[in-house]
Amino acid sequence: MIVLLGVLVVILGFATRRNPLLVVGVAGIATGLLAKLSPQEILAAFGNGFASSRSVTIFVITLPVIGLLERHGLQEQARTLIGRLGKLTTGRFLALYLLLRQLTAALGLTSIGGPAQSVRPMVAPMAEGAAERRHGPLPERVRERVRSYSASADTVGLFFGEDCFLAIGSILLITGFVNTTYHTHLEPLQLALWAIPTAVCAFLIHGFRLLRLDRSLDHDFAASGGRSAAEGSRTAEEAK
Amino acid sequence: MIKAEWFYWLVGAVFLAMAAQMAVDRTNPKRLGSAAFWGLLGGCFFYSSWVVEKKAPAEPLGVAVLAMVCLGGFQLTGRGVPRTTTPEQRAASAARLGSKLFVPALTIPLVAVVCASAVKHWHIGGEPVLEAGSETILGLGFGAIVGLLVGMAVVRERRPAVPLHAGRSLLESMGWALLLPQLLAVLGSIFQEAGVGTQVGKITEQVLPEGQKYVAVAVYCVGMALFTVIMGNAFAAFPVMTAAIGWPVLIQQMHGDAPVVLAVGMLAGFCGTLVTPMAANFNLVPAALLELKDQYGPIKAQIPTAGALLVCNIAIISLFAF
Repeated sequence: MIVLLGVLVVILGFATRRNPLLVVGVAGIATGLLAKLSPQEILAAFGNGFASSRSVTIFVITLPVIGLLERHGLQEQARTLIGRLGKLTTGRFLALYLLLRQLTAALGLTSIGGPAQSVRPMVAPMAEGAAERRHGPLPERVRERVRSYSASADTVGLFFGEDCFLAIGSILLITGFVNTTYHTHLEPLQLALWAIPTAVCAFLIHGFRLLRLDRSLDHDFAASGGRSAAEGSRTAEEAK
Repeated sequence: MIKAEWFYWLVGAVFLAMAAQMAVDRTNPKRLGSAAFWGLLGGCFFYSSWVVEKKAPAEPLGVAVLAMVCLGGFQLTGRGVPRTTTPEQRAASAARLGSKLFVPALTIPLVAVVCASAVKHWHIGGEPVLEAGSETILGLGFGAIVGLLVGMAVVRERRPAVPLHAGRSLLESMGWALLLPQLLAVLGSIFQEAGVGTQVGKITEQVLPEGQKYVAVAVYCVGMALFTVIMGNAFAAFPVMTAAIGWPVLIQQMHGDAPVVLAVGMLAGFCGTLVTPMAANFNLVPAALLELKDQYGPIKAQIPTAGALLVCNIAIISLFAF
């Protein structure tokens, strides 16, 4: 029972905002000691764990290609391509991005999107632009919501798309863990296929919520409409 | 036969080459710490081969991993000024190359899938061409190499140092966070060795009514999600909950179909990732990048989806695994 204190170390470490590497390292050592492993056994556990989880980190091999393409305008081209879809409402645009993100992630192209690569420079500005076209200038609260939903479309799309691709970390982790621990033989392909039903549910649920965002933005504007219209006319007065 | 270990050596060599570049990069204020971190990581990729084959002791590797934890954890790594193109150059290049730029990026998954499905069945002299069981990993490796060659041809780049530099910039911007998923996997295996899973299993056995498979499925999925909320990563929760309930109860005792249980179980964990600030890279970093006042904005947008998907995952295992 006492080994569960290791879990507590993780909770406390994260709750007090320590560096995650240190938290995980300390939790590992503490758990080992609590389970009465010798220092050598703990070091061996770290070593063996690292050696058998190398597959999680091999995606690094794709970085030179991505880096080279970014140098030559991959992101700019993506922006141009997505720009052609500009005449969409916020909700429809984000639902479409969710779909694209899921499909590309399912092909293994997980690093095509992401908060830094696509959400900040492309997705959020386009989602805001679509809302502005419909409603005029956005109050701060509405802008925050549109941005939060842009981030959510990227994350949900990534999480529930990538597992349909065979060579992704989590799939390799499952096969690695189960095949070594239980001496069985699972194929990545079987696991990737069973990620599809959840991927479909994720698209339907989050896509529906994104489409509903349009309606709730209308509602937000109706609620704060009087005030922002008043602000608008005041600014107009000041402009004179 | 092409072995998976050869590919790990290639990844190790890439880390070592990038570490060498970092060691001489004077724009990086912490160049020696960075070089030590990535150099150690590269070296560990080679040494691990002998650990896996049990030809070398695992303890030195454990020491190296803890050294990397200290280097990254005490902020001894940094990043240099990336040598890259200007936005104008990139816009001009994008206008010139157009959607040809997507071809090399798409080559990677294409080659990976071909290796995992077709090349897998090729034999030369009775031996499989690709090491059995590692076709996907090797596919990703070949995909990256072919993608790089195609990419260099598309952008007419002859010097291999250029993509290496570009890749290194991305590596430096990710920093020590790159090691975290692997380290969480290590923590999971230590939890496993220390019997955390068995303890959680004992507790659940006391709570769980005998033979109630739908309850057991729900406990596995909700447990995956809760543990992921605590640990910030489904990778770390997976070995614990699978050792506690997934394998002994759902698969061995109730004869659930292993791929369904495990694949969907992991996805139940992802529902937890959507709602936890511990998963900083997915939830807090976007809030910071988007300059949100409410740093929990993305989490709030994701909570209803995560809840509904957790229910879906429980239903999917219940329907298809038995």
